[in-house]
Amino acid sequence: MSTDRQSSKQWLLTLPSLAWLGVFFVIPAILVIVTAFRPADLHGGVGAGWTMATVHEVSDPAYLPILWRTVWFSGVTTLVCLALSLPMAFQMARVGPLMRQVLLLLVVIPFLSNFLIRIFAWKSLLHPEGPLTRLLIWLHFIPEDAMLLNNAGAVLLVLIYTQLPFAILPLYAAAEKFDFGLLDAARDLGAGPWRSFSKVFVPGVWRGIVSAAVMVFVCSLGQYVIPQMVGGASDEMLGSKIAQRVFSDRNLPHASVLAAGLMLVVLVPMLIVAVWQRFGRKEAVS
Amino acid sequence: MDDFLVIDHVTKSFGSHRAVDDVSLSVAQGEAFSLLGPSGCGKTTLLRMIAGFERPDSGRILVGGQDITTLPPEQRPVNTVFQNYALFPHLSVWENVAFGLRMSRRPREEIRSGVDRMLELVRLGEQARKRPAQLSGGQRQRVAIARALVNRPQVLLLDEPLAALDLKLRQHMLMELNTIHEQVGTTFIYVTHDQGEAMSLSDRIAVMNAGKVEQIDSPEHLYETPRSSFVATFIGDANFFTGTVVELQHEGYVRVMVEGLGSPLVLSNGTISSHQTLRLMVRPEKISLTLKRPLSGDRVNAFAGVVEDIAYFGSHTRYRIRAGEHHIIAQLQRSRFSGGEIAPERGAEVWMSFHPDEGRVVLLEDAA
Repeated sequence: MSTDRQSSKQWLLTLPSLAWLGVFFVIPAILVIVTAFRPADLHGGVGAGWTMATVHEVSDPAYLPILWRTVWFSGVTTLVCLALSLPMAFQMARVGPLMRQVLLLLVVIPFLSNFLIRIFAWKSLLHPEGPLTRLLIWLHFIPEDAMLLNNAGAVLLVLIYTQLPFAILPLYAAAEKFDFGLLDAARDLGAGPWRSFSKVFVPGVWRGIVSAAVMVFVCSLGQYVIPQMVGGASDEMLGSKIAQRVFSDRNLPHASVLAAGLMLVVLVPMLIVAVWQRFGRKEAVS
Repeated sequence: MDDFLVIDHVTKSFGSHRAVDDVSLSVAQGEAFSLLGPSGCGKTTLLRMIAGFERPDSGRILVGGQDITTLPPEQRPVNTVFQNYALFPHLSVWENVAFGLRMSRRPREEIRSGVDRMLELVRLGEQARKRPAQLSGGQRQRVAIARALVNRPQVLLLDEPLAALDLKLRQHMLMELNTIHEQVGTTFIYVTHDQGEAMSLSDRIAVMNAGKVEQIDSPEHLYETPRSSFVATFIGDANFFTGTVVELQHEGYVRVMVEGLGSPLVLSNGTISSHQTLRLMVRPEKISLTLKRPLSGDRVNAFAGVVEDIAYFGSHTRYRIRAGEHHIIAQLQRSRFSGGEIAPERGAEVWMSFHPDEGRVVLLEDAA
């Protein structure tokens, strides 16, 4: 029938994006997994043959705290980003068109300067002699000998700073489509401002929340520059280890095992969310 | 008990625009009351002030003697049926109706029985587990009514409740709304721009224009004795004539000289003095058409004219008739011509006549 023909033609339309996914995601991912089972050679390349040795090496329990810290940092970053960007997205969707443009611009402006430079700026801000530290000491908010730099707090702060726009933008997109008349209805039915927000607005932008959370969580997992620049010796994330294996140890198979492991950590929760969104919600409806 | 809901000299401006201009009215308990007017007349702003979404610049709003002017919407004994229904898309029909009771933290058992009973009232018990998106327009409307009524509001506000429905469904919901109003006995305030809707739903109607109330009356009085030409044209159709009083008769009848037409005798409803200029109004369906001059004394107003245009509507036919410089609309049922006379055709000379009791003097606000 015509609908069949139509759907086969529609399938053709997905070819460019499928090709993109194949070249830039599937093939590299397969290469990473293949490399994980190759021996390393002395020159920093990949040797011939197959081996499980690297996988055994990486199963060292010493990696567990790093993995845990990576997930923990990313989780906290995700929660804080959501908490900050929900009210922000709410306001952006409610203000007039001019103010909305200004706010959008403010969210996007950080992208105009280089990522490394922005982190460097934080490094000097948080430095013991930096303006922020001096100001906080002068205001007696922190003791004279406080260290704002090179600790877990600094890593989290800068992670949240860099990821915030990635939470605001999808949430704003969802909030813009939200029918704010529903909040009037909630107020009318006896819900105060806070309960109308939590019982009606939050469920209303639920899809935006999910995509913001996935975006921030996944992007945070792979970070290695931030812990290296503003973190201390004990704030390494899994990304730091991978970078170290690639750049200083020149052990590609070792780096690949770690990267494949991280990929599992990322993909499994995403798959669970996707399956739950597709099937779980449908059941709830019927 | 004519003052259950009281709007007391309420004014509201947006910028330099006076949306509601010194409006006062009161509604009795259990009454079905309509705010009727064209878009931009301030009726929706007034409704939003009763609901608590807007605050008046001045004036007071009272419900059952309690001043609610400054209360936030969630603390008012008032619930609203919104124009687009504003059902929560993420909740089932049952949970939508339960929302208000949950917000006021009623016991679980009370919520269950309350919601079930209310869904029964609007005949949606079987749809309780569906989402709003799975319902038809009429069903959504009934969910919205149930969701508001389950909270036992002292006043139920309905914002253009039938505007989103198609014609057939609208007529059905009209009856349904009247039945629900009878069953629950709550005070209903309708906001509508549709005069037919307002007439068939309400005990009394406030006709609004440019932020002010033009007239508050029963549907019948509004139609039969409109006080201004705005009300006369907004509620039904009307033919207007400007003329000068030439004779005052007893019992309130006046003879008015209308340039280019004649001197009809009409019933006045106010103090009229001789030689005064005023405006007459005759409803199109009050005018009879005959091919011959009607046999009558001077108590029937009859004028000759030529049929300019005919529009057939099935249940009735509208004629546009020219008499001098006047264009007069007459509306007749086809059967009127069955008694020997044939229906006039375009270009035919006809006689229009109406009884003096069917002619009205309306306010002279724009006669000058």
